[in-house]
Amino acid sequence: MSDLLNMLGLAQSAELLSLSPPGWGGNLLRGLLNSLQIAFGAFGMGLVIGLFGAYGKLYGGPILRDLLAVYTTVIRAVPELVLILILYYLGSDLINKVSEAMGYGRVEISGVVAGIWVLGVVQGAYSIEVLRGAIQAVPPGQIEAARAFGMPPLMLMRRVTIPAMMSFATPGLANLWLIATKDTALLAIVGFSELTLETRQAAASTRAYFTFFLAAGALYLIVTLFSQVIFGRIERWARRGQPSLRGGPR
Amino acid sequence: MDSFSGGDPASASSGRDKEAVRIEELHKSFGELEVLKGVNLTARKGDVVAIIGGSGSGKSTMLRCINFLEAPTSGRIYVGGEHIAMRDDGTPSNRRQLERIRTRLGMVFQSFNLWTHRTLLENVIEVPVHVLKQPRAEAIEKAQSLLKRVGLGDKADVYPAYLSGGQQQRAAIARALAVDPDVMLFDEPTSALDPELVGEVLTVIRDLAAEGRTMLLVTHEMKFAREVADHVVYLYQGRIEEQGAPEQIFDAPKSERLQQFLMSIN
Repeated sequence: MSDLLNMLGLAQSAELLSLSPPGWGGNLLRGLLNSLQIAFGAFGMGLVIGLFGAYGKLYGGPILRDLLAVYTTVIRAVPELVLILILYYLGSDLINKVSEAMGYGRVEISGVVAGIWVLGVVQGAYSIEVLRGAIQAVPPGQIEAARAFGMPPLMLMRRVTIPAMMSFATPGLANLWLIATKDTALLAIVGFSELTLETRQAAASTRAYFTFFLAAGALYLIVTLFSQVIFGRIERWARRGQPSLRGGPR
Repeated sequence: MDSFSGGDPASASSGRDKEAVRIEELHKSFGELEVLKGVNLTARKGDVVAIIGGSGSGKSTMLRCINFLEAPTSGRIYVGGEHIAMRDDGTPSNRRQLERIRTRLGMVFQSFNLWTHRTLLENVIEVPVHVLKQPRAEAIEKAQSLLKRVGLGDKADVYPAYLSGGQQQRAAIARALAVDPDVMLFDEPTSALDPELVGEVLTVIRDLAAEGRTMLLVTHEMKFAREVADHVVYLYQGRIEEQGAPEQIFDAPKSERLQQFLMSIN
């Protein structure tokens, strides 16, 4: 193994990337884990906002609909980097103000929680539109049938609308998840040690920029490939009962 | 044909004088357009009422007002003698009451409206298990016998999209039967079917009529209406123009419009 690396002139890179110090591989993996944690939390928060927001936009009163329209428009209009700065400083400032007013003094906000909150608010705006489109794509007759048989609204949402819209929502949600994994890189700007910031620090201390950024790129690629497999499965499950456009066995 | 586990024909016919559905002064407007202009109709237990009329006569709207899929503009709806509570604007005012009454009404739609992400068996057990909270094993057993009854015993695990329209509609009838409804509402059940598939669905409905089920049936199949109905209602522009026994309606129509209507479809 080491002979092969020597032959290819990669021995130095392997050493730099090794998991234990003085290698920086451990730092990179820790960064990746932080990134994934935030992406997962933000995506989940986005889904919750998206589901309620989509229902609000479709069935809510005029005031709720207007508020949601403002939310989705503003969030989707402003560059994410700017949003992250605004939401991060606004969020921590608000929490500190509240905390001081209640006499607790300033609090230290966890980077993970802040990251999830910031990216979750962004993801929510996009999720609302993905889910709204998916809900509208459900054949109205299926919802009407559930109503005609006396299904209460929440059960109808759980048993009919959500499963039926999944096949329409999955491609859009897969996009959102992949965007979430990569948006975590933007959190480097507020000093959160996710994969990109860890990479930059490793690269700067060793001057091996190419090695570390290539390694980080590979990690992002692995996450993407793995996600595609998972979402492929989810989509196949969501599309059960729908003949494939390509034909073939069910 | 398997005997049906849910309904007892004898008790249905003995309670014949009891009212199943009563519609009083039903009005329904869509915006400016008044589709129903004061309809009164009573169906007693065991009755098979066929509702006929040209397109736009309001027959489907009338049926859909019974279970409030369309909110009436004004009027009163009674199911099994119970008045469905509604506000002045026609929307139901007691959601729980409406949901309870809806479980007593088995609706069959023109376009089947099966849940495409569930197999036929899952479609049939959905309401008994989740809405009526029946034990799953019991519901499955009953669903299997219902599917067998409509000739789909071997298709229980198939998704609706892989079936013909006639098969889907028979499955939809099994789904409606699974709640053991007091009244079955058929909204043009054969209108979306290819002509060669109409017969198989009518056979199932004929069979239900024969066992004494209460049914309200909106249909374009005049021969069938004449054969299975006890009572035929002819709607014209949102009003009941003429009603009576099938022989009277089809052989000796009094109204000129009904005469014209019958001529035009023959």
